[in-house]
Amino acid sequence: MEILDHFALGFGVAMSMQNLAYCFLGVLLGTLIGVLPGVGPLVTISMLLPITFGLPPVSAVIMLSGIYYGAQYGGSTTAILVNLPGETSSAVTCLDGYQMARRGRAGAALAIAALSSFVAGCVGTLLIVALGVPLASWALRFGAEDYFALMVLGLVAASVLSHGDMVKALAMVVVGLLIGLAGTDVNSGVERYTFGLAELADGIGFTVLAVGIFAISEVVLNLEQKETREVFTKTVGGLMPSWHDLKASFLPTLRGTAIGSFFGILPGTGPSISSFSAYMLEKKLAKDPSRFGQGAIEGVAAPEAANNAAAQTAFIPTLTLGIPGSATMALILGALIMNGVQPGPSVMTRNPELFWGVIASMFIGNALLVALNLPLVGLWVRLLSIPYRWLFPAIVMFCALGNYSLNNSAIDVYLCAAIGVLGYVLAKLKCPPAPLVLGYVLGPMMEENLRRALLLSEGDLSMFVRSPISLTFLVISLLLLISMALPAIRRGKARVDQEEAGAI
Amino acid sequence: MIVKLSGNRDALAGLLFMGLGTFGFAIALGYKFGTTIDMGPGYFPRILSLVLIGFGIVTFARGVRTCVTIEGGWAWLPLLLLSASLVTFGFLLERAGLVPALAALFFISARAGHEFKALEVLVLTAVMSVFAAAVFVWGLKLPYSLFAWNF
Repeated sequence: MEILDHFALGFGVAMSMQNLAYCFLGVLLGTLIGVLPGVGPLVTISMLLPITFGLPPVSAVIMLSGIYYGAQYGGSTTAILVNLPGETSSAVTCLDGYQMARRGRAGAALAIAALSSFVAGCVGTLLIVALGVPLASWALRFGAEDYFALMVLGLVAASVLSHGDMVKALAMVVVGLLIGLAGTDVNSGVERYTFGLAELADGIGFTVLAVGIFAISEVVLNLEQKETREVFTKTVGGLMPSWHDLKASFLPTLRGTAIGSFFGILPGTGPSISSFSAYMLEKKLAKDPSRFGQGAIEGVAAPEAANNAAAQTAFIPTLTLGIPGSATMALILGALIMNGVQPGPSVMTRNPELFWGVIASMFIGNALLVALNLPLVGLWVRLLSIPYRWLFPAIVMFCALGNYSLNNSAIDVYLCAAIGVLGYVLAKLKCPPAPLVLGYVLGPMMEENLRRALLLSEGDLSMFVRSPISLTFLVISLLLLISMALPAIRRGKARVDQEEAGAI
Repeated sequence: MIVKLSGNRDALAGLLFMGLGTFGFAIALGYKFGTTIDMGPGYFPRILSLVLIGFGIVTFARGVRTCVTIEGGWAWLPLLLLSASLVTFGFLLERAGLVPALAALFFISARAGHEFKALEVLVLTAVMSVFAAAVFVWGLKLPYSLFAWNF
């Protein structure tokens, strides 16, 4: 069995002392930031990107992905205990989780959240293997024009399916593509958008952009709000769920996993939409929908399974095609590029230890998370008493030091401050930052593939429609764009956006 | 028809996109466009800039029609303070060393919060300086001096 060899290789890599330590560090940090509202995986991963630069790529990705899926676990803890979603994706868990806690069933809710997350995380990881391998071998046959079309589809879908205004999201993609072009052009050697600065010859650093757009502007947005955080002390009670709870959660967990896995693969959708949809589905299927909002255990199991499954399957397009579907995935992809790994379908054949090592680490990480979350729950809740006024200067410090340390250049820190201002203005104008980062990451690859495709076809643009693969991708992109122009669908999407905002 | 632009969320976003697009296009004029067979360095940037201007116009037009205003005020002061703390940090790190740079960063950025307690910030600076020195200077072996005088 070939697959067993792969797993043996993967676990061999993931079980090394160093990688186990990074996996543990990642899920620990993930839980921590998952608990703390206002500090999300995006901010943390962008802050820590510079530090991972010296690590081997496997260790870097193992740690960063641990932060990402760990945050989904941590977010549910505070949602259940104090009605405060640590992450937006656990907002739905508040509805019934907190009600369970108020009825003295916090322990059961936490245990079910952790178990359904674990099941979903493992199924999601298995899906990466099941879908990833055939997907990558199919993608190896892609020509330059197919790749270009695939990137167009990825970017269009991410803009269309994401929350909010589509035109602005598309515009942000283009801004990101343009920023990604800064630096020396590989083909002609011409320095573009460098303004004569030698420091910009290699382009605007990925971490500079990510930290400025996500961390700095996020801190300012948080500071706009008045701080209303209280100190909570709560007893959790028995952690063992009853047999009845387990039975009641079994099917919702599986349904949640299915929904999450689906939305995780799609670009632009992710844990938040998945948990929301899973909750809605359970409410529709329930014999007595009025129990929801009153402490129904299905209302905890399904969304928690969904957001964890989505967090895992989001890795499929990123690791196998090199096309990230969300901002967090763009950061993970950026970490790969920074560490010298060329992303794409060849990762699996050229760097098998990386692909399988990361997959194996996900099983280990998910198991670690259950162990971390349940017994230590009291400790995590106490973290909530840390005031934001201590946290945000420390975040700024990490941003400053991290960016300085990459090239030992103050220019990067200045640039990060400037991008922070741009990021804040864009955020206030409700221009989504995620498409910008996706565009930035894909920009250089897109230009290269377009150039190669046009060179091979001798400037004949019709090759994009003559290749069936490319044609399919472009037609789907077009259909997505047209569908959003239809009033009925647009209104429906606006309603979903609104309901989602209402639930949060 | 006079439309009030300040506070009009989408109109401002549209103007910003148009501005960025025009800026990008103007600079890209200095790069060779090339041909479709042999794309020059100016080919992709110019096309992208034009597309961006197009999206900007659509967004602007929508803003003029819908007149959605920006939610909440602008937090210019916190934004300014955070940026200033970063710039000061970058300036001081090479000249005065890591510890003074961090002290400046903490004291300036902490001002951006709702509450500012000097003693708290002092303790925070001390703790985080030790942490940063341990992780970055001794752990990652980055060549920064803790204190310096290179003005």
